[in-house]
Amino acid sequence: MSMLEAAHENEIELEGACEGSLACSTCHVIFMDEELYQKLPEPSDEENDMLDLAFGLTETSRLGCQIIAKPELDGMRLALPPATRNFAVDGHVPKPH
Amino acid sequence: MKVLAMARRASRLGLRFPGRSRDLCTGSDDFGMPLHVCVVGSGPAGFYVAKKLLKRFDFARVDILERLPAPFGLVRSGVAPDHPETKVVINQFSRTAEDERCRFFGNVCLGTDVSLEELRKNYHVVVLAYGAESDHRLGIPGEDLEGVFSARQFVWWYNGHPDGKDLPINLNDVETAVVLGQGNVALDVARILLRSPSELSSTDIAEHAVKALRTSRIRKVYVVGRRGPVQAACTAKELREILGLKGVEIVINEADLQTTDCDLEELQSSRIHKRVFDLFCKSATFTKCAGRDKQLQFVFFRAPVSLLAAEDGIHVRGVHLQKTRLEGSHPRKLVGTGEFEELDCGLVLKSIGYKSLPVPDLPFDHKKGVVPNYFGRVRSSDATNETERGLYVAGWLKRGPTGIIGTNEVCAQEVVTSIEEDVNRAVVSNLKEVPGSVGLESILSEKNKRYITFEGWERLNETEMEKGAVKGKPREKIVGIDEALAIGLAKEKE
Repeated sequence: MSMLEAAHENEIELEGACEGSLACSTCHVIFMDEELYQKLPEPSDEENDMLDLAFGLTETSRLGCQIIAKPELDGMRLALPPATRNFAVDGHVPKPH
Repeated sequence: MKVLAMARRASRLGLRFPGRSRDLCTGSDDFGMPLHVCVVGSGPAGFYVAKKLLKRFDFARVDILERLPAPFGLVRSGVAPDHPETKVVINQFSRTAEDERCRFFGNVCLGTDVSLEELRKNYHVVVLAYGAESDHRLGIPGEDLEGVFSARQFVWWYNGHPDGKDLPINLNDVETAVVLGQGNVALDVARILLRSPSELSSTDIAEHAVKALRTSRIRKVYVVGRRGPVQAACTAKELREILGLKGVEIVINEADLQTTDCDLEELQSSRIHKRVFDLFCKSATFTKCAGRDKQLQFVFFRAPVSLLAAEDGIHVRGVHLQKTRLEGSHPRKLVGTGEFEELDCGLVLKSIGYKSLPVPDLPFDHKKGVVPNYFGRVRSSDATNETERGLYVAGWLKRGPTGIIGTNEVCAQEVVTSIEEDVNRAVVSNLKEVPGSVGLESILSEKNKRYITFEGWERLNETEMEKGAVKGKPREKIVGIDEALAIGLAKEKE
């Protein structure tokens, strides 16, 4: 089960616009534990392409739909990026489309 | 978590927070009546706002207006036919539309069928999310020659947008096309021109487009940018895809891949640009195979000066470009070098940005092409901080025409937060009752204007999918408005 599926099963509001097909970045999650983050397999080019566009990207960010539950990841804590009020700030850099 | 955030915002605004442990706005006895909302535009911006409002307020009643028969805005008419995964978001938008508190009104146009003033009288909250249906102009000679179109017009044409089907585009007598701009839309149009029509024929591309592409003689596409590969606005996924396109040779001038210290600084500070630049550098490795009968050439540091007419004085035959250079630092300026070049071509697609259209009674910043707003609350003009009661904007009309589908989710959150604050302060309506849908229906019925319900769209949707299945396509889009209306309005109760 992916973390996106797990979130939905537990009524956590994690957006999954493309339903796990690596065509969006809305299921972006942040690993709170660096060591667990390091245990993950490297993101594919396709995942990295989507992470490029994620809001509030961090050093331990991944797409929730690509993180599959495994015993080694037991106890992992995932944070959702904060919804920030940043659109009206001068100097905002437009995102590509 | 949500309650805590509201308390923080409330205290910042100088409001007393009642201190209840449950969310403030879930009981209709708190507000005393339904919250009537009208969202104009059924693309991602409109649907994310509707979704979040319905979640936030049990007592919200959201009407979504759409001027076309079919909903979903650019998800349906902008996303390229060979990118079906990007359209999956329609599933959740449909779930929002199917909420019993949500009503879809297709075939209803703001300005023509109902005025902004009428909407504001009938709803507590009006959110304008109608996007950007016009284009930035280059403002250069030759821009109106035949064979010169905006990328948006070409995209509407191949995506079966009802307003795009009659585009006077000729692909039979043209061998070379020039695309001006290097964003993702530029790559989309270049890719559709170069992808083999047999690959396109199993997508939801409009029938008239794939027919024209089958007899297209276009073999070379230039994608031209004023700046360099370090500044290119496209993103990695789209660039990776076009660099790997079957049967297409990629041409890039190696000299354009040289970087200055300023370039390296820019690359270091932007993950997106770094990965895009790396792809340009690696692009030689994408084209090792033989047997490529088409060419895609990335041209950098060239700004269009004029579009050149053929001998008939009517058709475009080429683009006159000035070489450019980036000068200075922090920020660098783009300057012309005084050296010029020409590219021969029979088709020019301008992909330099969309632009929103104003409507009567709506404050509008004509320079930026957006509605002046304060976190989504419409400002009475761009010279004042006063805002218009009950009037909001979301999506491209609010932020300008940039970002991806997901950008609208964050944008919608900002707008809905503003609406929530205003509802809490009863700024929106002073607790006055308004008619909502009933008022809108009466306005439309007086004009004998029939609208398509979501059920009507689902009928249209089924028809498109059935027609597509016969041809091995996910759907065959019904492009003619009359045919779409005939299906969408059929069996409607009066």
